[in-house]
Amino acid sequence: MSKVRLLVGTRKGAFVLTSDGVRKQWDINGPHFGGWEMYHLKGSPADPNRIYASQTSSWFGQIIQRSDDGGKTWHQPGTPPGEPTTTPEGMPKGESNKFVYDTSPETGKPLTTHQHYDGTQRPWEFKRVWHLEPSLTDPDTVYAGVEDAALFRSTDGGQSWQELPGLRSAKGSLWQPGAGGMCLHTIVQDRSNPQRIFIAISAAGVFRTDDGGKTWRPVNRGLKSQFELPDPDAEVGHCVHRIAMHPSRPNVLFMQKHWDVMRSDDGGDSWHEISGNLPTDFGFPIDVHAHEPNTIYVVPIKSDSEHYPPDGKLRVYRSRTGGHEWEPLTNGLPQRDCYVNVLRDAMAVDSLDPCGLYVGTTGGQVYASANAGDSWTPIVQNFPAVLSVEVQTLP
Amino acid sequence: MIRVVLPAHLRTLARVNGEVALNVEGQVTQRAVLEALEARYPMLRGTIRDHVTSKRRPFVRVFACEQDLSHESPDAPLPDAVATGAEPFLIVGAMAGG
Repeated sequence: MSKVRLLVGTRKGAFVLTSDGVRKQWDINGPHFGGWEMYHLKGSPADPNRIYASQTSSWFGQIIQRSDDGGKTWHQPGTPPGEPTTTPEGMPKGESNKFVYDTSPETGKPLTTHQHYDGTQRPWEFKRVWHLEPSLTDPDTVYAGVEDAALFRSTDGGQSWQELPGLRSAKGSLWQPGAGGMCLHTIVQDRSNPQRIFIAISAAGVFRTDDGGKTWRPVNRGLKSQFELPDPDAEVGHCVHRIAMHPSRPNVLFMQKHWDVMRSDDGGDSWHEISGNLPTDFGFPIDVHAHEPNTIYVVPIKSDSEHYPPDGKLRVYRSRTGGHEWEPLTNGLPQRDCYVNVLRDAMAVDSLDPCGLYVGTTGGQVYASANAGDSWTPIVQNFPAVLSVEVQTLP
Repeated sequence: MIRVVLPAHLRTLARVNGEVALNVEGQVTQRAVLEALEARYPMLRGTIRDHVTSKRRPFVRVFACEQDLSHESPDAPLPDAVATGAEPFLIVGAMAGG
């Protein structure tokens, strides 16, 4: 029988939850890395036992953790304790938490600057890893989206990281931090075209590469940010919160922007609004049903100044028409006095049939639906604030 | 031997309990102690000092002999009591938050 494994990152540690295909009884393992902020954990599609985790602290900075046994044990990739940190030739070995922006003369990239809150230009400064996206085909290759916004790649299982600096050339001087920092939070790979990757940055927008990460261009046409930008149609600067793609339709992208839920049918070349009858089109996560590429989910949040659901009711909204027409999913979710938030990486979809959905809240609840959102059950109710939820469907 | 006390989170990362004892060649300074510590426990690199600038992370403090040495030069000699192992060198996570 199939199984599912949930990877939950919280403000105070990580948890691994497992269940059989019925998804009613859950075993909870953790906390791992207690007391640390776990921004994101994600398993390799090519080897589900390989899981990467981003562990951060305001005190001690960034740590990368890796599990090779499905989350039972973890280690920092790189030099084991007691071993020399350099090779016999004197070259430094991998340091898994070393994220250094590319300033090498070979790529001709001096450390560029971006806009700061006060309008001045600031050089890029690494703060943390927001999102880890393992390669679709190679367990040792993994991408990291970081703050200040940049994309890094490791091809040695997380031991060492190299920036893909071409991204910062895509009008990077105009990017600016959102309230949560200038973070690269979304990385979407195209299964049909390994050269194509989409990323999203707050507050810069969506960017696409068609050459495996060497060069990038903004793909934000159609986004309108009249309350956030002096030029609502600007090429960059939009506060995109998340994008999602169904692997069977790589040219169709769905976006939860700061305000507005958007869709592209041409690989990001143009976007149009699909907010339709949503009670509010502000929110963070967006995801696509595993077997129905036109069925999408969002969690409407009242506003950018309130960050909780409208009317104290936590409602996941589902559209079976690829947008415009939305229905509230409420069965099993709190429908009074609920003032939690659901962050951008805190919704996940499994690939069982029927498709399962998972939502984690800043109040420490994780809700699961084993029937595509028709009904929900809390798996846990008292975790620390949930930062991310990912799910693995296992044989 | 130099005695180093790590904060709890760094003891977990380094997989040690209690104090760490280090051999430090030459003059005993903050830099020399941290370099010996990072060489022995490479997983601590970047957690106490920034990878690029080698500056102490803002919320990390260093104490010894009831003194806050955080703002001393990293190349200043540490107190004799630290160099002889009579007193430990403390790496501390700063108080922050309420």
